[in-house]
Amino acid sequence: MSSIIKVNDLSKCFRDLIAVDGLSFSVEEGDVYGFLGQNGAGKSTTIRMLLTLIEPTDGEIEIFGMNLRSHRKEILRKVGAVIERPDLYKYLTAFENISLFAKMSGIKITRKQLLEHLDQVGLAERAYSKVKTYSLGMKQRLGIAVALVNNPQLVILDEPTNGLDPQGIADVRNLILHLSKNQKRTVFVSSHLLSEIELIANRMLIIDRGKKIVEGNVEELFNTAEMLVELETINPDKTLDVIKDSSWKKYFSKQQHETIILKMDKKDIPSFNHFLVTNNVDVLSIKPVHSLENYFLSLTSANQHVEAFTN
Amino acid sequence: MWKLLQIELFKIFRRPRTYISFAAIAAMILIIQLGLKFDGKSYLQLLMSGISESFYVPFDMILNGYLVAFVILNTLLIQVPLLIALVAGDVVAGEANMGTLRLLVTKPVSRTELMIAKYLASVVYTVLLLIWMALLALFLSMLFFGTNDMIIARNEVMEQISRNDVLWRYIAAFGYAAVALSTVAALAFLLSVFAENSIGPIVSTISIVVVLTILSEMKIPLYDNTVKPYLFTSHMLAWKGFFYSKSNGDGQAISGSIENLPAILRSLGILLSYIVLFVSAAIIVFKKKDILS
Repeated sequence: MSSIIKVNDLSKCFRDLIAVDGLSFSVEEGDVYGFLGQNGAGKSTTIRMLLTLIEPTDGEIEIFGMNLRSHRKEILRKVGAVIERPDLYKYLTAFENISLFAKMSGIKITRKQLLEHLDQVGLAERAYSKVKTYSLGMKQRLGIAVALVNNPQLVILDEPTNGLDPQGIADVRNLILHLSKNQKRTVFVSSHLLSEIELIANRMLIIDRGKKIVEGNVEELFNTAEMLVELETINPDKTLDVIKDSSWKKYFSKQQHETIILKMDKKDIPSFNHFLVTNNVDVLSIKPVHSLENYFLSLTSANQHVEAFTN
Repeated sequence: MWKLLQIELFKIFRRPRTYISFAAIAAMILIIQLGLKFDGKSYLQLLMSGISESFYVPFDMILNGYLVAFVILNTLLIQVPLLIALVAGDVVAGEANMGTLRLLVTKPVSRTELMIAKYLASVVYTVLLLIWMALLALFLSMLFFGTNDMIIARNEVMEQISRNDVLWRYIAAFGYAAVALSTVAALAFLLSVFAENSIGPIVSTISIVVVLTILSEMKIPLYDNTVKPYLFTSHMLAWKGFFYSKSNGDGQAISGSIENLPAILRSLGILLSYIVLFVSAAIIVFKKKDILS
């Protein structure tokens, strides 16, 4: 498997502000690569450097094995992107927009193929409506259709679910999975929502204040996260007494109404279940959940903000 | 490049606001034509008051399509730069404001190509606006007022140009005006690169043109040889030179002649230099610009 994106020691300063600080990472062919960080962490600046919108202060970017600075046109021919808001020409129709950007990408495409691209994002019926009449979700889908019109090998999406309703978020998520699984494209997607990245990405990078915090396989990274276990029994008060009189007491976190919450490793759950059964606790359910937000907060400076706020 | 230019023109001419300039010019020309049609004699009497007191002036003969077109051009070529700034000032800043600039820059075209295409599209718009103006100001006036010899007052002297010697002068004057207005477009285009919305460059262009025009027109000896020759606004009205002919021994205009062609060519050279300067500066700035919009 070859690297599609290889970033080495990338930095960007805006006068005194260091937006990106010595960032290095690589995206492999076929990855759905999650680029995670809170607002202002440096995600958009990095993406803009990948797309030549911003000149790096330092560092190197290679895409498809070529230097971005010296092979800009060649690389951008094989890249499609949606950067932050899906801004398009509002006074033009969706068809005119996608046709215009297809021409700019230097590809020859028929009217039928353009309509198929719009159909792929569910906009074929509104192809000849002006974009100013579109909802945000429709604009986002059109933005993705425009990004895909040149059949790019690499798709870069910057916060593609921002401002969308739950259905819109699900549509974008399904589209990303479709691009990856069915069309074998490499997708680089940024988000500040850990839960979103978990659902779509196989690899991810967390960035904070312009610096890399962690990079790796999503599943492995989440396994290192602290696990919360939600326990429901017929008699919660009695259950709590049983737990507090045992060595499992140290795992107790809190009681929320009828649910007892404990913090423990995933591997300890079977032993805990056995303990409950042998102590005649009628278990309704034991549900392990990732403490995703805690994990994210523990890695980033957002934790400091939360602590300062809660104190 | 041709494809990029087509795209830029498509975007300009699909915007309703583009046609405001065409409508404004049509309205202004029709208002002037109507006024001159019904009360042109009074206007000419006022215009030639110094001369008509000493000589007989055949107002009915003078008031023809060629003169009306000259009056219209004299009036409008000062206002048209404002209309040019509306589009040229929007060409980069408007895209930054809409957020489409970042999408354009991520396409496989160089920034230099993109900028040249955008400027050329502004020039095409300028030329089309002038053609529209020519059609209405010249040909419609010829239709409404007929044609005859063209008589224009200059420094309290009347110059008569034969009717057969007029049309080429208008074509040359419109050609010159296209270069003059393209200079304004280049200025608006340069200012547009620095802005994130089009109001700033449009207002700045208009302000610069107004201030420099006032400076060009002011009769202050200190500025006459030091500043004025280098201002592009001092050369924008040099199109009038095409209507000034050389005279023979009897004081009659020589057909096909231009009184001071070198001066017109010098002015043309200065305007073209300004265009190269403004557009090159715009390209250099844009190539180094971080697109943050």
